Amino acid sequence: MAAARERASLWPGFTALVAAAVYMIVLLGVERPPLVILLLGVGIAAVVAGAWAGLFADVSRSFAEHEDALGLFAIAALLAVAAFFHDDHFVLLLVTTVLLYSVATLGLNIQFGYAGVLNFAGASFFGVGAYTSAVLNAYTPVPHLLVLLIGGLLAALVGSLLLLPVLRTRGHYAAVVTIAFALLFKTFIEVNDVLGGPQGMQVKGMSILGWSFNDNIEIGGVSLSFYMNYFVVSLLLLIGAFVVVRRLERSWIGLNLDALRLDETAASCFGLDITRWKITAFLIGNFLIGLAGALYGMVGGFVAPNNYTFADSLILVSILLLGGIGNPWGLIVATFIVVVVPEKLQAIQEYRFLLYALMVIAMLLFRPEGLLPRPVRRYFPGWRP
Amino acid sequence: MTHLLEARGLSRRFGGVLALDHLDLSVAANEIIGLIGPNGSGKTTFFNVVTGIYGADEGRVTFDGRDITRASARAIYQAGVSRTFQRSRLSLPLSIFDNIMIGNHKHLNQGLWFNLFSRRRFKQEFEAGYRAARALVELFEPELAERMLEPAAGLPMIDRRRIEICRALISGPKLLLLDEPSAGMTHEETTELMDDILLVRERNKNLTIIIVEHEMGVIERITNRCVVLNFGRKIAEGRYRAVAADAQVQEAYLGVA
Repeated sequence: MAAARERASLWPGFTALVAAAVYMIVLLGVERPPLVILLLGVGIAAVVAGAWAGLFADVSRSFAEHEDALGLFAIAALLAVAAFFHDDHFVLLLVTTVLLYSVATLGLNIQFGYAGVLNFAGASFFGVGAYTSAVLNAYTPVPHLLVLLIGGLLAALVGSLLLLPVLRTRGHYAAVVTIAFALLFKTFIEVNDVLGGPQGMQVKGMSILGWSFNDNIEIGGVSLSFYMNYFVVSLLLLIGAFVVVRRLERSWIGLNLDALRLDETAASCFGLDITRWKITAFLIGNFLIGLAGALYGMVGGFVAPNNYTFADSLILVSILLLGGIGNPWGLIVATFIVVVVPEKLQAIQEYRFLLYALMVIAMLLFRPEGLLPRPVRRYFPGWRP
Repeated sequence: MTHLLEARGLSRRFGGVLALDHLDLSVAANEIIGLIGPNGSGKTTFFNVVTGIYGADEGRVTFDGRDITRASARAIYQAGVSRTFQRSRLSLPLSIFDNIMIGNHKHLNQGLWFNLFSRRRFKQEFEAGYRAARALVELFEPELAERMLEPAAGLPMIDRRRIEICRALISGPKLLLLDEPSAGMTHEETTELMDDILLVRERNKNLTIIIVEHEMGVIERITNRCVVLNFGRKIAEGRYRAVAADAQVQEAYLGVA
């Protein structure tokens, strides 16, 4: 008992974060494909060796106890990565993409990971957000921060159209409803000329109080890529989403969602309003997905139906399976892998769906709980009875 | 004598099978009632109808003076009925504490703002809940109380039953329905669990219990009164010894001699 009561150290978690940041910088920095492959090999070998030596248990204990401090370190690590690539458009765009996809998968995680409602239309709701910013930025003077909020709200609103069929069906059947929606959404955009049809639309860049995000920044003789603006806003968004998802999990609401996912009958025998909590999870999840989509529309500067297909929704779901359903840290790691690896290996771009499929199959076979499995709920990190 | 639970002419059909056939059953406050009968005689169906999982086809159920025949499972729990299940229905990946708190739903603040943004007040409620759950588990098994934050998946059957009973008790129900608490356990484990249940009863005289059980030793030991079902009908009622001597009951269990 004495050993278990001893406080876990901060250092394993800190070391893991530093190692991850250094690895990210090196991986993002190298250009030549053989080097990238070598680095990926080294990364995989290091993770397998670490798992074999039992180092991950220490890391996860350290995260369980000191999550707040390690969260701050993780933010610092991301800022360090951004600072290192401060004038590199391509890398900053890539990192920003990782941040925004992470926000979207966090939303998906509330729906599927906690409430057990599978959503195979994640990319569609992401698209609802992106098209919101395309239209509002083009035709209205609505402040852009408000546009983000409206993007999230619209994704939740459009999602509520699905609520009735999703609530009336269970499991696979609810999933099929969302697949149907994903297919409908793309067709709807394609035939809709106001929204640019198959060619899509330009999206005006973000600007807040006259600060235009699409201009490069000059600070004391150092020039920063204009993507730095988007990086900072995306990071703030991710921090906000992370905190909300964390608190949601570590509250009675998170408990309700787990209870109804695991056993609806037992949950209703203890007074849970199944419908209310499924709706809550679905709407909050969609709100986060739409919010991320709205910002991503402005980052990319362009929206088209082909960017929000059913296949893209499958990528979001595979991130969830890869990262560890229910573990926000794992989701960010998995998003990084899924977004960055194909970009660094242009040769396999064509085959990326094959790669994702293989990753998911391998994961389900050898580590069904994902890279970083979800730990048992601790309502307050480091809390002891 | 006022009845806490009263079923009048209660019927429930599954296709051509009458699982409950115009059943009349009254339970007085503070009683411990044994509900017995052969497999398929309608005991679990009775629990499912009372707790609102199944609707009744005919008849009425009143609880604490309220008609709950058409009430939802939620409303019936809110009114003060809680239960355990024949086949353990714990949420195995969740911790012992989490499983018990699921049963305390009605006493927990479910507001979105409270849960997400008033973390200080949430912490107070969490700590109070933790103390209550721990104290309850300690009654059953002090060792288990040291492991409140461990997942329920690793526990042996007897501990799972204990947690299921704690989950049913934490909200302070008026009526507890125990559906075969001894299923899958050894004789010694069953005895131990029944001692625990009697201990809980000892501390809370206002608790009324209906227990479905196949271990007749248990029924004899803890119940005030027994109701015997066969093919959804009540065939006998009374003290265990009298009921066990009843010719109809013997026939139902053993077949015609």
